[in-house]
Amino acid sequence: MNASYKRHYLINLAGIAVLFALLCLLFDTGILGRRTEYIKGLAIIGMYSIIMVCSLNLLTGYMGEFSLGHAGFMSIGAYSAAIFTSLLALYEISIPAPILFVISLIIAGAVAAVFGIIVGIPALRLRGDYLCIVTVAVAEIIRVMLCNLSIPAITGSSTFGKSFAGIPKIADFHYVFIATVICVTLMYMYIRSRFGRAVIAIREDYIAASASGLNVTKHKVMTFTISAFFAGVSGAIYALSITSLLPTYFNFSKSSEFLAMVIMGGSGSMTGSIVAAPILSALPQIISYVNADFASYRMLIYAVLLIVIMIFKPSGIFGSYEFSLERLIDKLSGRKNVKAVTVAGGASIEAPTTAGKDDIGEVK
Amino acid sequence: MLLFLQSLTNGLNLGSIYALTALGYTMVYGIIRMINFAHGDFIMIGGFTLFYSIPFMDSIGVPKPFAIIIAILVCVAVGVLTEQIAYKPVRGHGSMTALITALGMSLFLENLALVLFGTTPRNVPAMFDLPNITIGNISLQGKTLLTLSIGIITMLLLMIFVQKTTIGKAMRAVPEDRIASALVGINVNRVITVTFALGSGLAAIASMMYVTSYVSIKNELGITLGLKAFAAAILGGIGSIPGAMIGGLLLGLIEIFVKVYLFPSWYEAITYGLLILVLLIKPTGLLGRKDNEKV
Repeated sequence: MNASYKRHYLINLAGIAVLFALLCLLFDTGILGRRTEYIKGLAIIGMYSIIMVCSLNLLTGYMGEFSLGHAGFMSIGAYSAAIFTSLLALYEISIPAPILFVISLIIAGAVAAVFGIIVGIPALRLRGDYLCIVTVAVAEIIRVMLCNLSIPAITGSSTFGKSFAGIPKIADFHYVFIATVICVTLMYMYIRSRFGRAVIAIREDYIAASASGLNVTKHKVMTFTISAFFAGVSGAIYALSITSLLPTYFNFSKSSEFLAMVIMGGSGSMTGSIVAAPILSALPQIISYVNADFASYRMLIYAVLLIVIMIFKPSGIFGSYEFSLERLIDKLSGRKNVKAVTVAGGASIEAPTTAGKDDIGEVK
Repeated sequence: MLLFLQSLTNGLNLGSIYALTALGYTMVYGIIRMINFAHGDFIMIGGFTLFYSIPFMDSIGVPKPFAIIIAILVCVAVGVLTEQIAYKPVRGHGSMTALITALGMSLFLENLALVLFGTTPRNVPAMFDLPNITIGNISLQGKTLLTLSIGIITMLLLMIFVQKTTIGKAMRAVPEDRIASALVGINVNRVITVTFALGSGLAAIASMMYVTSYVSIKNELGITLGLKAFAAAILGGIGSIPGAMIGGLLLGLIEIFVKVYLFPSWYEAITYGLLILVLLIKPTGLLGRKDNEKV
């Protein structure tokens, strides 16, 4: 392994560990008093939103196709996890919570990914607005399916499905944090890999990309499937932390809310998604907690904010900027000067690419 | 036989609501390549306007059906304002920005209605006092037949407008080639505004049809209605005016017949499944034209 990579991984790992320790300190020592549980709940909401919004960003920001039915995949994941844990509870199989959590997440992601492939292979022949409406249609079909869901329990006469209650609450804050870090890292690594670069090339010009020998359909379906997988994982965390499910929760408004978070954060910026998702999903809750009268106005403000951002900064708050802890440390310690000499052309190469990325919205 | 005829009129009625709404989507999409998600909410606004204007008309002694004029005026005003305030500044920023702005506008209108009218559904007073029409032993609702005829007449008038008038011709020319249209002296911005006004006016008529048949309205009315109408527009081939009409009527008929005869709780899934199927077989919709992409 290259030394600079080693340093890179070490710095990021340390950064995450510090953040984790800080949050643990906040929640486990009881500094916040009786509000601890409430704030911990908000943190979990923020974290599954991060996974969800990042997964949607894979499609929207990097592949350039928007899905308005991503809540459908989330609901698939949520229901898979709920059915799996309920079945285990029904047959009185007990598995230690951390292992159960991991298995549930993987099962949920896998089921959602299978749906992603089934939908993706035919649907990704379409592009733009047509694909967008197909994703809406798929999400609506999933919703109707879940509304009619009824699984006969093998023992006893009761059936379960449709709405769930009493799902075991195993999504502890610590597990969710680690799961979020792993998911986001995997998605980021995908984007930076050979496949990710191919996907970005397809976004920029799919005709040129296919002329250069890239298999457009394969890459698109793969990205769609990965995106569905993480949406499913996010849904599983939702199910295991909220403990009750309603199929109507995962409706069109939910999907469009997630898409709005991606765009406001900056499509094509994981940093944007990571910042925007917790703020936009938890902020409304905090506002309505502080002032109940304000609750009815919150979505109105949200809508105005969305339109204003679109008019004045269509590339979102972060554009395609990515935060780098390493860069920050270098800057603070003055190490950058050393690097700038060694890679003399670096800055001038970087400048035009970022400028070009800001105009993504304009590229048809 | 009775059930069949009732389903047929109900299907055509629902289909005309979809068709009128789909026309708004298709005309706007044709001209500026943007899915106007707020269009469904224009119908909700039309519905609330009727809720207030019907009793008002009654109290000043004007026949109740004239309330539709107020609804049309309000809807046109909202449509044109939406276009001027929110959509015009983002024009040329790419399709994703336009889409998100439209979503934002839709969210704004829904929540404005929530703040103004609350969450309790309202029942709109009846607009027409018509007896049921009985032929032999078959009885059909008079108001449904009336709104159905109004819907169909509106669509025919629109066809004539688009085919014969100068502004209608301009509306067909701009989607073909925007720059060339501007070169031959068409005021593109004005055409876009007129398109929005026309689409919103049709939404008001759709809202009249909706409240006559379904009575109850609330702030979320536009979401599902809008989505289905948009599906109808895609089904017929987006950008095509006859396509939107056929798509809408077809969708309404299928929905009612599936609901009545086949799977009552699965009808929405069937509607959307059909949409996906049509798009996969013929990606441009039933009457859409294929525009080849230039390298």
